Amino acid sequence: MTQRFHHANACGMLGKTALGGPTAEGATMKPTDTRNPDYFHKVVDCQWACPAHTDVPEYIRLIAQGRFTDAYMVNRESNVFPGILGRVCDRPCEPACRRGRIDDKPVAICRLKRVAADHKEDIRARLPDVPKRKNGRKIALIGAGCASLTVCNDLVPLGYECTVFEKLDKPGGLMRSNIPAFRLPARVLDEEMDYILDMGVDLRLNSPVESMQSLLDEGFDAVFVGSGAPKGKELDIPGRQEADANIHIGIEWLEAVAFGHTEAIGRKVLIIGVGNTAMDCCRTSLRLGADDVRVMARKPRDFFKASDWELEDAEEEQVEIVINRSPKKFVVEEGKLTGMVFEVMEYAIENGRITDTRVTGEEFLAADDVILAIGQETAFPWIERDIGIEFNQWDEPVCDRTTHQSTRPGVFFGGDAAFGPENIIWAVEHGHQAAISIHNYCNGKQVEDRLPQTMNLGSRKMGIHEWSYSNYFEPIARRKMEHVPLTERFRELDTEVELGFTAEQTACEVERCLNCDIQTVFTDSLCIECDACIDICPTQCLTITENGREEDVGARLTAAPKNPDQPMYISDQLEQTGRIMVKDENVCVHCGLCAERCPTAAWDMQKSILGIPYAKDHDVMPIAKVGS
Amino acid sequence: MSYIAKPKVSWAGQERNSLGLTLADYEGGLSTLCAGCGHDSITAALVRGFWELGLEPEQVIKLSGIGCSSKTPAYFLSGAHGFNSVHGRMPSVATGAQAARRDLIAVGISGDGDSLSIGFGQFAHAVRRNLNVLYIIENNGVYGLTKGQFSASADPGSKAKKGAANRNQAIDPVATAITLGGSFAARSFSGDKKQLVPLIKAGLMHPGCAVIDVVSPCVTFNDHEGSTKSYAWTRQHLHATVEADYVPPSTEIQVDYDDGAHTDVNLHDGSVLRLKKTDPDYDPSNRAGALDFLEAHRARAEVVTGLLYIDPDLPTFHDIAGTSKQPLTQHEFEDLSPGADALAELQKGLR
Repeated sequence: MTQRFHHANACGMLGKTALGGPTAEGATMKPTDTRNPDYFHKVVDCQWACPAHTDVPEYIRLIAQGRFTDAYMVNRESNVFPGILGRVCDRPCEPACRRGRIDDKPVAICRLKRVAADHKEDIRARLPDVPKRKNGRKIALIGAGCASLTVCNDLVPLGYECTVFEKLDKPGGLMRSNIPAFRLPARVLDEEMDYILDMGVDLRLNSPVESMQSLLDEGFDAVFVGSGAPKGKELDIPGRQEADANIHIGIEWLEAVAFGHTEAIGRKVLIIGVGNTAMDCCRTSLRLGADDVRVMARKPRDFFKASDWELEDAEEEQVEIVINRSPKKFVVEEGKLTGMVFEVMEYAIENGRITDTRVTGEEFLAADDVILAIGQETAFPWIERDIGIEFNQWDEPVCDRTTHQSTRPGVFFGGDAAFGPENIIWAVEHGHQAAISIHNYCNGKQVEDRLPQTMNLGSRKMGIHEWSYSNYFEPIARRKMEHVPLTERFRELDTEVELGFTAEQTACEVERCLNCDIQTVFTDSLCIECDACIDICPTQCLTITENGREEDVGARLTAAPKNPDQPMYISDQLEQTGRIMVKDENVCVHCGLCAERCPTAAWDMQKSILGIPYAKDHDVMPIAKVGS
Repeated sequence: MSYIAKPKVSWAGQERNSLGLTLADYEGGLSTLCAGCGHDSITAALVRGFWELGLEPEQVIKLSGIGCSSKTPAYFLSGAHGFNSVHGRMPSVATGAQAARRDLIAVGISGDGDSLSIGFGQFAHAVRRNLNVLYIIENNGVYGLTKGQFSASADPGSKAKKGAANRNQAIDPVATAITLGGSFAARSFSGDKKQLVPLIKAGLMHPGCAVIDVVSPCVTFNDHEGSTKSYAWTRQHLHATVEADYVPPSTEIQVDYDDGAHTDVNLHDGSVLRLKKTDPDYDPSNRAGALDFLEAHRARAEVVTGLLYIDPDLPTFHDIAGTSKQPLTQHEFEDLSPGADALAELQKGLR
């Protein structure tokens, strides 16, 4: 049986509210409102953590069945660029993965995404049809990056005519200019962008927008700004001007490398900053002839901004990461950079916070070139400040977090351009949301008028002991990605380092997924309180106890709750004793044994399907009418 | 039963006992009993009891006869010793095991068929000899393994699944144990682990024969309306008297009972059985009073639970039979079999 709920996704972050909270009398806990789509959504930690809410367990299950094309399409629905993201996503899903709370290492979600992309068949037949007759609305998009292309992906099939203005001679934005080809090969980038461009996007390369006013004068129905955060931060310390020839701004330098304008660098290179851009800079330097590359970090390792896996990959290539060095000056001799002086720092750290800073000395490090990778920001010199688009005190556009509309109706911002540097997956989500707004705007609806998320539950019971998912708990450890040997890695600039998972690795890794989307759904009226579910639960998730105040119920649980961020599943009063069933979702491995042992089917394993509304779901008038 | 075995999952923050073991370390094989069987709950209560006491699994011997109940030793403490004996003969094997290895903690699992029908005589003598064993009767009122005929503990008037009423009188194992001179007689309910787990711990530490009759509903053949051993009927007619808990030696005794109505029974090793009366007028050391009480509540169709009778000072099987303190396996061969000359010498003294 399938239940369908349409309820407003009103309360946003769930946290403690799902615990029920006190009732009017303030005495007992209220049953969990599972009609709110957020409750079961939050159990699927990876999906909840993903900005685009990709249905991770579902596509992993499809990969396990060898249905790579289907897995790819499940991905594409929400994240649009599975092949790209399967290589270079920031992976907010992985730290959230429940598996990480079981055996320390999350499921290799990102790598599995790449497996689907690597092994899929031709998907063109599955892409949405683009109507020949357009709806008469023209949209201008600035910057051919992931945000703009996502907007096109959502709007072109609805009949919109999208024109993308790109200042460079190739589309891709930061995905092409800032992510080196040894991490993201051009063919992968081109393929996934072409799916969208080939829908009939009017892509204008080498066409920087010099003036927003003149663009608006061209009569577009809406404008989307997806121009990224293209300005690398400067380091204004002595010697900066004199040594300019050998000091490079990280993202600009990466762009010059990507487009073939820069083909060499000195032997000794210092990278300032320790974010992901710094990792790309140091590894790129190695491929352009450097052999002594150091990444200079001001703080200790716990404070690094780079993702752990990017740090590991850089260190594997013999990059030295030097901590506690704060840049003091560039040293120039006879008009040429010879190195840098750093202050040696010492920090007092309490509870993960720096409470005191001390300089204990100075150190000179020789360098032929220095690359600054200390952050980037947005820049809009081409937007006039008197055309109704307001900017805040940091010179960022004022735009709505949900609708992405600026203070000038019809102008929308997304990706890094909207709220500063984030990542690809956030840009994609911005694109989806902006597309809804543009769709509403162009049809005379309020941009705030958005459909809520929905939640569908369907039983996965096939027989007495059979479920239509693999409920066996696989105790195997996370598989490790194979890399191209160091001896071969540096010969070409675009040799992709990661080889992808083998069939054997994939077969193991898919089984590590705990199927968090196969929800344990409880029907209190059926329970006879036999305790069978409590007894069989391998992770002591379940308790039947008297209702009471939240802290009292918490104290009576079979195992003490360990994760305050994970809401508990609270039932209504049980018939025989009036007690309540409480489930601590935290370390549930979704093995289904509670449902298998339940003599009355009070527990059932039901697949939760999150309904994410896109522009196409926001029903407006039929296209023919609009056009006429 | 299930198709996949309960997975062994470890996670951060998993609780460990004094030996550093997890609850899962005290579990056994995959249960083949029906889903929702009370016996599985008793198994879980045993697992928790052993875990909380911090006993080493290999310090324990599990004994049973035949029946659904007698399958359950397979489902807990897979690291323990075990003997699955002939129908109703668990007490004999337990006697032998204790005679040879009094260092082992014996737990006998039986059912209403195994102990009150075919093995009734065996049960009686184990109790009157005060055999050092925790004797659990998983009592569901039916022969579940042969499709639900009434057992000897079925109440007169209770109905079988197809509607026939029982016309025989019922044996109450608790009353029987008290009349037979038992030293520890208790009743509990598989659906009440809060009471059962402490009782199991007390029973394991009680020096003599600790009989716990556990009402354990048969979900398949005896959980319907008209049954007096169903989950619903038992819950409606439950009458708790005395809760018992085990306090190990040299533990600082903390009074955490709200009403303070508790008595301590001192065991010889310095540990304490702490009794908390939920029925203030009840005295678990009064044999006649206990029988009276049971009879009065039987007439009111109430299921009296708790530790109903205890006398920790009665001599046990080991005291009476003078069993060897040292396990027979640890004696030198020459001590156990001193040879023909020693035999001749012994016989000379008997002429």
